[in-house]
Amino acid sequence: MNAPNAGAACRALLRREFTLAWRRRGEMLLPLLYAVIVATLFPFALGPDNALLARISGGVLLVTVLLAMLPSLESMFRGDLEDGSLEQLLLSPQPLPLLALVRILAHWSTTALPLVVATPLLALLLRLPSNVLPVLLVALLLATPLLALLGATLSALTAGARRSAILLSLMLLPLAVPVVIFAAGAVAAAQAGLPFLAPLSWLAAALVLALALAPFACAAALRIAIEA
Amino acid sequence: MMSRSYLPHWMHLLGSPPVFYRFAGTLRPWLFWSALLLAAIGLYGGLVLAPADYQQGDAYRIIFIHVPCAWMSLFAYGCMAVAALVAMVWRVKLAEVIAMECAPVGAAFTLVTLITGSLWGKPMWGAWWTWDARLTSELVLLFLYLGVIGLDHAIEDRRRGARAASLLALVGVVNLPIVHYSVVWWNTLHQGSTVQLLGPSKIAPGMLWPLLTMALATHLYFFASVLNRTRVGLLAVEGGKEWARSIVAENAHA
Amino acid sequence: MSTDAARNDAALLCVRALAFARNDEPVFGPLDFTLERGETLLVEGDNGSGKTTLLRVLTGTLAASAGEIRIAGHPATHDAFAGHMVFLGHQPGMKNDLSPCENLACLAGLFGTRDGADIDSALREVDLALYADTPLRLLSAGQKKRAALARLALLPGELWLLDEPYANLDRHGIGLVNALVAAHAARGGATLLTSHGAVRFADPHARHVRLALAA
Repeated sequence: MNAPNAGAACRALLRREFTLAWRRRGEMLLPLLYAVIVATLFPFALGPDNALLARISGGVLLVTVLLAMLPSLESMFRGDLEDGSLEQLLLSPQPLPLLALVRILAHWSTTALPLVVATPLLALLLRLPSNVLPVLLVALLLATPLLALLGATLSALTAGARRSAILLSLMLLPLAVPVVIFAAGAVAAAQAGLPFLAPLSWLAAALVLALALAPFACAAALRIAIEA
Repeated sequence: MMSRSYLPHWMHLLGSPPVFYRFAGTLRPWLFWSALLLAAIGLYGGLVLAPADYQQGDAYRIIFIHVPCAWMSLFAYGCMAVAALVAMVWRVKLAEVIAMECAPVGAAFTLVTLITGSLWGKPMWGAWWTWDARLTSELVLLFLYLGVIGLDHAIEDRRRGARAASLLALVGVVNLPIVHYSVVWWNTLHQGSTVQLLGPSKIAPGMLWPLLTMALATHLYFFASVLNRTRVGLLAVEGGKEWARSIVAENAHA
Repeated sequence: MSTDAARNDAALLCVRALAFARNDEPVFGPLDFTLERGETLLVEGDNGSGKTTLLRVLTGTLAASAGEIRIAGHPATHDAFAGHMVFLGHQPGMKNDLSPCENLACLAGLFGTRDGADIDSALREVDLALYADTPLRLLSAGQKKRAALARLALLPGELWLLDEPYANLDRHGIGLVNALVAAHAARGGATLLTSHGAVRFADPHARHVRLALAA
């Protein structure tokens, strides 16, 4: 018998997730489209005042990316629950938190990472000062996996619930507040020419904390969800 | 369940729904009436006897409601989190019910805190709402409560809903200090804490005793309210059982 | 190793006074049975009699209200299940957008594979080799079921829990399930399968349990 090891299991799961994402690559574009729509609407609402746009664009882009992540997070585990794949994950001789972590990382790299990659384009539309862009990108690279970890845990909790789209936003808001504050704080500091390393370090610390805790919370939530 | 035997005997006994139902029924009127009495004394002391503030005049008197409610909004969260932990670890049905019944009461205290804070803010800051650190933290706390309540109600199965919401409440415990810290970092515009239970207090004694009386009253009211709600919740969860049916039948005849 | 010897002596599945209640309404139980190596146990019961619930309690996705489950002599925990169990539920446990081959590759990564078995041989065994690379959603219900059954020819678990394995299958497919189960028993594995009774299990040595409906 070829005993299963955790590395092989993670690779198999990653391969499955990436193949699935590739098969449904049309769906991957939807968050991007959503972010472009929101970023285009802001100048229409505020007027084409370049100075004003430049001042608020950092915060607007952060919130846009966060909102664009929500719809895909909401349905993250629903398919697995409905087609019985979740049961197989739970029964496999692998630690569930590890599998949850792999699922979350795969989800982040297929939904949030394209958003981060597209951010320079959106920043162009919103006239973000070019010296602030690198800080915004670093902030997003720390904030989006953090939100994916938190959102996945909540998504696992709502997997068996009704009306879960609004519920997930309601539940995610308190968890997203510190993330938004530190990410936007770093961007604002960079824009004002102040040191921006402190808020970024706090984001990084929060990411490490979430990496350590969220997979376990997510696994516990999945065990509750599967009882439906 | 094997793991239940780790609980002390009296907890085991009290964890039985019919026993708790009767226990809560006996305790409830005492808690409720003493809360009402203490609230009357505290409000009289605060609104009539206490001296006016040399800076804020009579407007400050709202703190006799605002501050105890703010304390309670956190205290209720703490109670919910402890019950949620017991519910998650030992799967005690009673703890699930208590955790879920703490949430609406805590949310109500949080809402009162926000409303009185905004009433207080109007003369102080000249606006109904200011994004000050404490009010913002309270607002986030309200959303946390609403998330717990919403999740509990969105899941069909009562017990599964309660355990999912309990897990969310525990996630919130980790989150709350981070929210508070981040919000303070974000905005440090607020007068510092003026009441310290342990250690020298910076406010006048004439103001302190009504405040502490009100705090005691709100605690008693919280317990009375949670016990009352837990009784109803237990009847709903245990609806199929003999003891619950006989109580419902008794009340129907009365 | 001595611990392995002890494991091999114990019954693969041993259930004592197992009961499950949903919202204090008894669903089944208390049940007592053991499943030795080489045995096949057919759980019969009408629709709604709690067969699926029993299987979900045995897999640990639902917590029992009372009683004890021992797997290979150990109290049922995730570690005791690990690698011992292969579960086939009403849902295929596979992704519709992936081919049988890709789905099985994921399962093989998670559970490992049995000696001498690989994905190709497993698909041949369930007569699905022609459709190895066709996405599941393009297959018929019977073909999907056979794709799900292919895991029985691939995964190393000794204890099979099969929920309505005959559903959606034609005569040939039913024969296929029976052959898989018989071969598993011959290898020293054990199978617990449920059926609402419309299809007869072919093996005359299989024990039958009629699941007692809760009073």
